[in-house]
Amino acid sequence: MNIPKNLKYSPDHEWIKVDGDSAYIGITDFAQSELGDIVFVEFPEVGDKFSAGDVFGTVEAVKTVADLFAPISGEVIEINDTLENSPEAINTDVYNEGWIIKIKVANAEELGNLLDPQDYKGLLT
Amino acid sequence: MHYIPCTDAQEKELLSKIGVSTFEELIEIIPSNLRVKDEIGIGMPLSEFESERVAKSLISKNITASENLCFLGGGAYDHFVPKAVDAIAARSEFYTAYTPYQAEVSQGTLQYLYEFQTMICELSGMDVANASLYDGASAVAEACSLALSSTRYSKIAISKTVNPKYCEVVETYLQNRDVEIIFIDAEDGKTDFSQIENHIEGLAGLVVQSPNYYGVLENWTSAKEKLENSKTLLIAVSDPVSLSIIKSPGDCGADIYAGEGQSLGNYMSYGGPFLGLLAVKSQLVRRMPGRIIGKTVDKEGKEGFVLTLQTREQHIRRENATSNICTNQGLIALRATIYMSIMGKSGLPALAKMCFEKVQYTAEKLSDLKNISFPFGMDFIKEFTIKINNSAKELKLNALKKSIFINTIHGDKTDSLIQICVTEKRTLEEIDILIDFLKTV
Repeated sequence: MNIPKNLKYSPDHEWIKVDGDSAYIGITDFAQSELGDIVFVEFPEVGDKFSAGDVFGTVEAVKTVADLFAPISGEVIEINDTLENSPEAINTDVYNEGWIIKIKVANAEELGNLLDPQDYKGLLT
Repeated sequence: MHYIPCTDAQEKELLSKIGVSTFEELIEIIPSNLRVKDEIGIGMPLSEFESERVAKSLISKNITASENLCFLGGGAYDHFVPKAVDAIAARSEFYTAYTPYQAEVSQGTLQYLYEFQTMICELSGMDVANASLYDGASAVAEACSLALSSTRYSKIAISKTVNPKYCEVVETYLQNRDVEIIFIDAEDGKTDFSQIENHIEGLAGLVVQSPNYYGVLENWTSAKEKLENSKTLLIAVSDPVSLSIIKSPGDCGADIYAGEGQSLGNYMSYGGPFLGLLAVKSQLVRRMPGRIIGKTVDKEGKEGFVLTLQTREQHIRRENATSNICTNQGLIALRATIYMSIMGKSGLPALAKMCFEKVQYTAEKLSDLKNISFPFGMDFIKEFTIKINNSAKELKLNALKKSIFINTIHGDKTDSLIQICVTEKRTLEEIDILIDFLKTV
């Protein structure tokens, strides 16, 4: 299972990559392998605001659908619209091409509540 | 359906297999205070002959369209149903497998539903149709839900020329949701589209029926123009027979088509079961309610049919599903499929033209009568509305005494409007009987 060291993780199997005062959010390698082939991503709209734990979208696999939970609070500033036509990027390159949304971080302190790679690995075993 | 009786010996065998000695023992788990103790007041058992006599005497009290002159419209239509529809639909391969729980095993069922969807797409000019909903009214309500969830707005506008029964069902569907329903006024029997701009802010969908409840053709293209530069979806409602000769909702820019499919090979049957039609442009497919059948190939490359996009549905998406509909009107959709394939691409428009010509004949004759006027113009296909100087309700009852079915307009406070529908079944002689009767107004 690929768990990059430079990312933070949520117990809901999302990863977050902080980039200044914004952050990229996607689902983890574990999540994509459990779901199987991703066929559709339902995005929020740019400008939507979420609190930590809110549902901000869904990912659909062939036979199931999973909610996406915001790991921290923030405002959506970009969505990865290449996933609209090639959602399979989540399966093939989950930590790069497979990012789902970019948010403006509302409260950097919340990052402290997230799991580091070691803890996330522990959660899976 | 077959009646399968159970002999005393069979009942005994059944009970012993279950492991009880009497029927009473089987239902012991139901508390005795909840069980019926005395006779339930339906009399003693009757013989087959006696019960047939009772049934026939009850049936004879019915006043039916087959023994009277039916000029009723407004959502249920007296079109001819070819006997082949009854014969093919009653084949046990279709009839007993109409609701396949192990769907992919019933390839025949999936194939006719796939063909049904294809034909509804062709009629409506849409990209995707589902395998049907309960009836036209619930299809319109589901279309509104679809518009609400897809735009994330909470306001729906419905033209006042939409069938009032459909409007009531939409209100019922949405009554416990935080949704505002606006009714757009009509002028001379047509929607006043100039009103739309007052409501466009945050509007999820606009519902326009054509031909509308008064029988009048509306202009979906004009409606769509009013929605330019907004996210508002145009929901077009229409009778599928009329659709075969008018510009399709899809070609007029509508985003969703909803309609009642009874007129496709199904009897009026006192109002049901009917057939809800729903079709959408492809970008809305993931929010569409109901079952969708897809065509694919198996691992050997052979063609096959499957339930597809099930992740939209309640059994997978749970509380986030956009609809609680996980079912369809299988048998009624089957009849519609058989009917459309019998009529064909030339037969259905030819039928609609026959209705149109007969309606024109009727309207022309009536326009000569001085006590009858046409308040909503003459743009109609199967049905139209007339205005009389006397009570419409009284006229309807007097017509019934002469074995003529005509109806009043629902919610008409002036008590002066009458709706007249002329299908291909009405002969010129029958139409002349109606005209002679209306001369007495």
